[in-house]
Amino acid sequence: MDMLSIRKLHAGVAGKEILRGIDLEVRAGEVHAVMGPNGSGKSTLAQVLAGHPGFVVTGGEVLYEGRNLLEMPPEERARAGLFLAFQYPVEIPGVPNAEFLKAAVNAVREHRGLEELDAMEFLALLKEKMKLVDMDPAFMSRPVNEGFSGGEKKRNEILQMAVLEPRLAILDETDSGLDIDALRTVADGINRLRRPDNAIVLVTHYQRLLEYVTPDRVHVLSGGCIVKSGDRTLAHELEARGYEWLEASAEALPR
Amino acid sequence: MTDRTTKETFLAAYGERERRGAVDGPAWLREVRRAAIDRFAERGLPTTRDEDWKYTSLAPLVATPLDLAADAAREMPSEEDLARFSMGPASWSRLVFVDGRYVAKLSTIRPLPPGGRLGSLAEALITDEPTVRAHLAAAESPAAESGDAFGALNAAFWADGAFLHVPPGVRLEEPIQLLFVATAPGGRADHPRSLIMLEPESRVVLVESYVALADEAYLTNVSTEIALGPGAVLDHHRVVLEGRQGFHVGRTRVRQGPDSQFASCAVTLGGRLVRNDVDVRLDAEGAACVLNGLFVVGGVQHVDTHTVVDHAQPRTMSRQLYKGVLDGRARGVFNGRVVVRPGANGTDAHQTNKNLILSDGVEVDSKPQLEIFADDVKCSHGAADGQLAEDAIFYLESRGLDEVTARSLLTHGFANEVLGRIRVEPVRVWCEERLRGRLRGGRVPEEAA
Repeated sequence: MDMLSIRKLHAGVAGKEILRGIDLEVRAGEVHAVMGPNGSGKSTLAQVLAGHPGFVVTGGEVLYEGRNLLEMPPEERARAGLFLAFQYPVEIPGVPNAEFLKAAVNAVREHRGLEELDAMEFLALLKEKMKLVDMDPAFMSRPVNEGFSGGEKKRNEILQMAVLEPRLAILDETDSGLDIDALRTVADGINRLRRPDNAIVLVTHYQRLLEYVTPDRVHVLSGGCIVKSGDRTLAHELEARGYEWLEASAEALPR
Repeated sequence: MTDRTTKETFLAAYGERERRGAVDGPAWLREVRRAAIDRFAERGLPTTRDEDWKYTSLAPLVATPLDLAADAAREMPSEEDLARFSMGPASWSRLVFVDGRYVAKLSTIRPLPPGGRLGSLAEALITDEPTVRAHLAAAESPAAESGDAFGALNAAFWADGAFLHVPPGVRLEEPIQLLFVATAPGGRADHPRSLIMLEPESRVVLVESYVALADEAYLTNVSTEIALGPGAVLDHHRVVLEGRQGFHVGRTRVRQGPDSQFASCAVTLGGRLVRNDVDVRLDAEGAACVLNGLFVVGGVQHVDTHTVVDHAQPRTMSRQLYKGVLDGRARGVFNGRVVVRPGANGTDAHQTNKNLILSDGVEVDSKPQLEIFADDVKCSHGAADGQLAEDAIFYLESRGLDEVTARSLLTHGFANEVLGRIRVEPVRVWCEERLRGRLRGGRVPEEAA
């Protein structure tokens, strides 16, 4: 069965349609890359899947493990195993990173029928995961994302992903603005999540990350539609030719 | 009832004391008191026509029948009561004042090095009269100029408070808590007055807390005078947790010598109407103050903070961060005045005021007032009032937290930006626990009767 099934999805912000009929099927065990130029709707797709209230769905449907995803509030999606790594992680003054993560992990565990982690168990888990993403423990007592550099914020997203162990991870331009070391760390974090029962959707502008995480499928989003899909070689082709040759075909699509 | 009758109640009570020969203190103090009550008679209680009280109506106080002859302390607070309000371990000095009077048997005073004093101000009038006299006389003149009616009432009526005198070079390891408990108000008005003096290069951690065991209406009208000698460091905390019907008017006046440091955190979590005045005069080069404040209110609570930081000399520094969390129909007022006197070059002053608004019924008035009469200064201020950011709520929800939990976490985070700056851990932990008790699901409910 498909883990994620998007059919004819239309969405946007008040008065402006951004996604104009997206179709996408993602099976367990697969890694999909969604690529496309700026403004093509990549981030909107990621945010709509996570349930951002600022976007309005005007048509189509999304099934997640057979359930109607669009009817679920954002926290239920998260508890059911969907994770969005934000392109711009939000700063939360006054809330220590560790406190936030503990609240999140226990919310997800409760939903899965698991016992709450106590402080000791949580710290042990956190220590292990922090090593994986190569993060300084000092970050745990600092407020969530506050004063973090761009790279630190992205690592923090990957840390959250590692701790929450989602079934479907959507990474929204997690690779942008990273130096090569941070990019490798992020790629490692993604590859570790890659298992037969999980799926990953990488939203990215560049082919760079795909040198470290090999996608099963590559889709090109343009003008709010998927205009081309292929295997990993499509990413190379985009790198070489740019997006312009595909944007022309988006114009030709029926609205 | 009208303003006039409240004013007359105070005047009549004072007249009655004079007739009975019951005005406390030596002759010079009775003169100070007489001058103060005359000032009050002239002014009366402030109204919203006074610039300093523009956003704070005293109507609820005026409507409260005061019984100034009411007996104090029908019953002494129990050890359990005091334990709830004690912030530190038994190794701290803890002075307990019940309805404005020092109670020795409930207090613990750790010995100070020779020359040091810690105890009741009423007693110090006898043991340290010249020192007390010099400071009270000095303190009265600015109050007379500013025409502060509550300051005048305090000067006329004060019965007791704390007296702390730290000798030069002494650094007290353990903090001192001054615990003021209102127990048997029934319309009482108490006017605690404290005098805190730090000699050169001395260092102290001090907590003033104002709490209540009563549900009735009463007035606590506080004056605290603080004098910091050269290089002295005072880590000061002021916690107001008055009763549901309690009125609290407090002023903290600080005079700072060269290179002295005054770090203060004011936390207001309880009281019907609370007015906090902080008046810091950076009177010598190198003096620095950090003023942090937080109030968390709901229902019909009203908290008004007025700060004045007077950069009277060159190379002085001030930092202010005041935050409020308001719910229900609560009101908050912040007036932050920063004065840079002519010649006070090299002044570095910064002020921030932020309020988190949790309900449509809330009203906030925030006013920075920068008066700069010197060149070569760095002065800035920022103010922001708003609701929780939707993006932040969504971020937390996207990690599995429900909306109520997300809002609660963000609201605590907003408040913790101030509480997190309290360096004395037991004080910080105590305040955080009280905050958790006051915030329910990220809201500030009306206090139950």
